[in-house]
Amino acid sequence: MTILNILKYPNPELKQISTPVTDFDSQLDHFIQDLEQTRQHGPAAVGIAAPQVGCFQRIIIIDVSSRKNTHNHGHLILINPEITEWDGYVIGREGCLSVPDYTGNVIRAETIKLQALDPNGQTLEFTMQGFEARALQHELDHLDGLLFIDRLVSRRTDLFQRQPKKSKKSKTSK
Amino acid sequence: MATWYMLTVIGQDRIGIVAKITTTLYQQGCNLGEASMLRLGGNFTIMLMVKSEQSMSQIEQGLQTIINELELNLHLTQIDANLHQHHLPNIKITVSGEDHLGIVAQVTSLLADHQVNIVDLESDVAGTENSPIYIMRIDGIAKGDYAKLQQALNKLQSQGIIAKVQAIDTLIG
Repeated sequence: MTILNILKYPNPELKQISTPVTDFDSQLDHFIQDLEQTRQHGPAAVGIAAPQVGCFQRIIIIDVSSRKNTHNHGHLILINPEITEWDGYVIGREGCLSVPDYTGNVIRAETIKLQALDPNGQTLEFTMQGFEARALQHELDHLDGLLFIDRLVSRRTDLFQRQPKKSKKSKTSK
Repeated sequence: MATWYMLTVIGQDRIGIVAKITTTLYQQGCNLGEASMLRLGGNFTIMLMVKSEQSMSQIEQGLQTIINELELNLHLTQIDANLHQHHLPNIKITVSGEDHLGIVAQVTSLLADHQVNIVDLESDVAGTENSPIYIMRIDGIAKGDYAKLQQALNKLQSQGIIAKVQAIDTLIG
């Protein structure tokens, strides 16, 4: 396995939109192993996206299972992930392997429904909330050429953090 | 050799203070570092790291015309930059209550007693002139559990001060 080089802002390649994975082969498996090794090598990253290492395909890994009291689905390799529903919003602090020595506040959906494929091309569906949903949204942004610094909100915005909206009706992306 | 300075500018808030100060510094060949610029009451305040080959008095002279024109108060201090060493806060404390003497002192003294390092503090006097309220938000670095800090802060409720400690769960992705 190889530790891959992390692209750092302002590398313009981080703005590139990644393309869906079409070949579920041994090359994909090999890349995923290297991507995971790279995530673990970095400073406590709960997620990583393929474009962060210069591979512009829609592949992400997230794992928030090591955090206390955090709702999670364990270690997830997600290919061509797509959010199908989202609900509520929360402000939270984020940092990024591609933006060293900086953290800032970002608004994310509190709860999301997600469709993706696993490394064998099988369909996966999850409902994620809280920190795991935040991690997913952060990594999904990388696939669309966005960084958390594109979504920063004012430090003063979270004086009184609003509770997530408990609406019965979810917004959908379609 | 270039030296880092902390430039402090205070004046009655008006359009163009930042533009004129930073343009003048740019024209003097100064490189700007991290900054905090905000309106406090009716005043505009600037704390700005400035790197320059010039002496302190040369920078002051260069800014003098703007300072006079905009009726600003200027101060420069030589500093160590220590950039690229951001300390990551792990707790935030939101404080609110009817405005009265000693809120900041009491809250921050408790933080110091509990070994909390404040990395960011901002406060506002809100409400009305007749009934002002004080709102403060602090980001800090706590060692270990902050339950005892919350218990200590709860004692301030008898004085009408509500202080809530929350973890800052920073996501790195």
